[in-house]
Amino acid sequence: MKDVIIIGGGVIGCGIARELARYQANVLLLERGNDVSVGTSKANSGIVHGGFDAKPNTLKAKYNVAGNAMFDELSHELDFPFRRNGSMVLCFDESQIDGLTDLYSRGIANGVKDMYIVKGNAEIKKLEPHVSSEAVGALVVPTGGIVSPYEMTVAYAENASVNGVEFRFLSEVISIVKSGATFTVKCADGFSEQAKVVINAAGVYADVINNMVCNKKLRIIARKGDYVLMDKTCGYLADHTLFQLPTKMGKGVLVTPTTHGNILVGPTATDVEDKDDVNTTAEELNDAFAKASITVPELARRNIITQFSGLRAHLESDDFVIGESEVAGFYNVAGIESPGLSCAPAIAVDVAKTVASKLALKAKTHFEAKRKGIPQFSKLSNAEREKLIDQNALYGKIVCRCEVVTEGEIVDSIRRPIGAKDLDGVKRRTRAGMGRCQAGFCTPRIMEIIARELGCDMQDVTKRGGESNVVIGKTKG
Amino acid sequence: MKKIKLVIVGGGPAGLAAAKSAYDAGERDILILEREAELGGILNQCIHNGFGLHTFKEELTGPEYAARYIDEVKKRKINYKLEATVIDVSNDKVVTYVSAQDGLVQIQAKAIILACGCRERPRGAINIAGMRGAGVFSAGTAQKLVNIDGYLPGKEVVILGSGDIGLIMARRMTFEGAHVQAVVELMPYSSGLNRNIVQCLNDFGIPLYFSHTVVNIKGKDRVEGVVIAQVDEKLQPIKSTERLIPCDTLLLSVGLLPENELAKNAEVKLSPTTGGAIVDENLMTSVEGVFECGNVLHVHDLVDFVSAESENAGKRAVDYINGVSLTNEKTVIACTNGVRYCVPTVLNRDEIYAEQSFKMRVANVFKKVELAVLADGVKIYGRKRPVVAPGEMENITLNAEQIKALKQAKTVEITLIKGESK
Amino acid sequence: MSREMICINCPMGCHLTVDDTDKSNIKVTGNTCPRGVTYAVNEVTAPKRMVTGSAVVVGGTIPMVSVKTREAIPKELIFKSLEQLKAVRLKAPVRIGDVVIGNVCGCGVDFIATKNVDAE
Repeated sequence: MKDVIIIGGGVIGCGIARELARYQANVLLLERGNDVSVGTSKANSGIVHGGFDAKPNTLKAKYNVAGNAMFDELSHELDFPFRRNGSMVLCFDESQIDGLTDLYSRGIANGVKDMYIVKGNAEIKKLEPHVSSEAVGALVVPTGGIVSPYEMTVAYAENASVNGVEFRFLSEVISIVKSGATFTVKCADGFSEQAKVVINAAGVYADVINNMVCNKKLRIIARKGDYVLMDKTCGYLADHTLFQLPTKMGKGVLVTPTTHGNILVGPTATDVEDKDDVNTTAEELNDAFAKASITVPELARRNIITQFSGLRAHLESDDFVIGESEVAGFYNVAGIESPGLSCAPAIAVDVAKTVASKLALKAKTHFEAKRKGIPQFSKLSNAEREKLIDQNALYGKIVCRCEVVTEGEIVDSIRRPIGAKDLDGVKRRTRAGMGRCQAGFCTPRIMEIIARELGCDMQDVTKRGGESNVVIGKTKG
Repeated sequence: MKKIKLVIVGGGPAGLAAAKSAYDAGERDILILEREAELGGILNQCIHNGFGLHTFKEELTGPEYAARYIDEVKKRKINYKLEATVIDVSNDKVVTYVSAQDGLVQIQAKAIILACGCRERPRGAINIAGMRGAGVFSAGTAQKLVNIDGYLPGKEVVILGSGDIGLIMARRMTFEGAHVQAVVELMPYSSGLNRNIVQCLNDFGIPLYFSHTVVNIKGKDRVEGVVIAQVDEKLQPIKSTERLIPCDTLLLSVGLLPENELAKNAEVKLSPTTGGAIVDENLMTSVEGVFECGNVLHVHDLVDFVSAESENAGKRAVDYINGVSLTNEKTVIACTNGVRYCVPTVLNRDEIYAEQSFKMRVANVFKKVELAVLADGVKIYGRKRPVVAPGEMENITLNAEQIKALKQAKTVEITLIKGESK
Repeated sequence: MSREMICINCPMGCHLTVDDTDKSNIKVTGNTCPRGVTYAVNEVTAPKRMVTGSAVVVGGTIPMVSVKTREAIPKELIFKSLEQLKAVRLKAPVRIGDVVIGNVCGCGVDFIATKNVDAE
């Protein structure tokens, strides 16, 4: 019997797990994939929004501004990449300047600080020299930021794990039954566990989970967004996160630096039937790229290194559903689409507090709030590098040449609590394979390291769990 | 800081040949830095035959070809480090490498030869939509898994790209028990060698679809099929021609890109056409004392040409170390009328008139043309070719007299004269 | 009968025309060197191919060694020869030129190693 079962290992589930770990409670997190951050949390814009966009008095507005303010301390505490690079909303027609003013007013209503509007191309170019000459006005939001969403999720999960939260993977929840004050949660693999409280943080599947328990049904629409990732060599093209002012023609796409120095372009928006459909389409990719070129005309297709797509969990009500449902002890954290990532820290604290008070949980005497990330060789000074190799020779073996990732980092990513189990897991934690050659050279090496560390055969190594084995067998012997 | 006269980055065919010739030109203070656990570079995984006809007048496999040069290097007791990855080359020629054994080491070099080869264009660069699970490999990755590690990437295979690596892998996968459904080529012609189409595809009845491309990859965890389509003259897929080929593996052989990250650190000027450095006839880059040779400079068809070019780079680097002034006012060689690029890219206006070879590629397939070198608009060399193609590097050698004419000219141009010119 | 073919002896890939109407006097044109004639005659009488592959090495610094047939073998033996290769377990060290399988499929040609593998 657990005090709390959290369903979903995305940024919301892991964030809540970490905040709940502050209390004396038995907490179990169930994740359907074989790692944390394998759904929406791994494939999104990685933006910490300023908070000017959400409608005032919505949960989105409330949590966005609150969440945004928490990122400096949290990223420091949990050691994940975050940068307050500032956002700009651009318009390309004098007649749209009013639109910027509206956004500004909305931001003020939501409590966003330090915003200002700049007019004229010359002024805009002082801030962003590579923006189109057609841009005539911009709302500047200095509090906007960028974060590595999967590293943030992993950081939350590791810290939760160190503080006693239990994680179970490949655990797709198929039924939740409440009897008395106790929930029985069953998984597809036969696993079953009881809990006093269940928290639904199942992302695009939050409706399915909710509908197992509640009469008040939810319907989540999976809204797919395709992204294009550009090589670091064009990282100089944008420093702020560059939005386009929404017009009659659509919402536009963003052009943003990532915390690792690439340029990210996207997303498109297409509602899809299949909640696992993260296939990119040529039309959407072309569309995203064409729209991004309006903001930054210098973007060149030859610098594209990869594309990906992610699903946003959209509710028709257009706002989050957060809190205890009509069934006592069953909590929803549903419809967490943009600006969900920005909201996550605030949501996590809020939900954990509510649940703690419901269960009258006491604070732990010792909670380890700090988490140290994997030392990132490429970012260290030469003196630090020398020291690191001195301590562990594996840091002298460079495996991923494009991103300069060492064997030491890869081994660390596997051996940590909630460690990597497959190529994508290693990639999200260390960036190995994320560079310009897209794992062409390092795939076999990383497979060997995973096989060695996990004590399995090369043939058992997968790209991302399930049936995604990289090789199908030996050629001989 | 440690000082070494000549540091060679890369112990593949280019680095080995450069080291050998630098030694033979009298230099003894040489260090080769190789990131892999053995010398030989990519040749180690190219276990097929077809190497060495120019260099050794016999046909060798990749590992055999590499072994010949490795033996030469060992015979001369040239220093090399394995599993030593160069992470930086500075503009003032400080080379930084890391290895488990040595830790982080910085070396002040007098001359540097960048011989770090190329990488494959990944899927992202060609924008194929669809799933992102397992089963999509660049041909070189698959080649390493099969030939070095002994693992089979898949059983039902489609290959995109009919360059030599794609063709060779079609045969290799067939040899190892896989079934290659098709090789799909975007262009109306193959950039691979004709002999490879014969012995890698025709021998096994593997179809080659020209003017086709892969437009989508189907599947969830693993590839379950690819959608191919014919393309129009603008290379755009024609929707009505789309069809699904069920398969579990897609190999991409869609081009090689010189790997010039270190050159960029050193502020070496690069050519947007080749992706390699802009070099003069001494293979020296825009940074004095930094040389490039092999596939990091421009992608070659044959390793034999890499070796020849690199031996030249080795010699010239030693000249530089010995104080022969290699820096002069330079003339840019103009490539016109269908000539895509030429290496060297620039020519010194010095008074050294020696035989010199020029390597070039054309932008398209042309029939009945004359490859001509013009000095101040006057033809000083011409060679008639029944056909030239982008996949085949053209190599011309000019004698000292012709070089003199070029070096004294205000403009130098390499061009294609089309039609029946005399 | 007259046939067109591409010589596979070297990267030049000469376009050959072979006329074998008179079996005792096969005519070849389009070749640049004499090897083209040999190739073309073989191709219409008894085609041969070089076979390259790899074999398992036990106790070496690497798990596989690359191999080749010392010379071209009859085309129809390609897959049989590769089948034989599967059963091979070499002991390190292996040197270039070492015989991996003697007299492959009885055709008189050996599989030889094309790479040096030191003992672990």
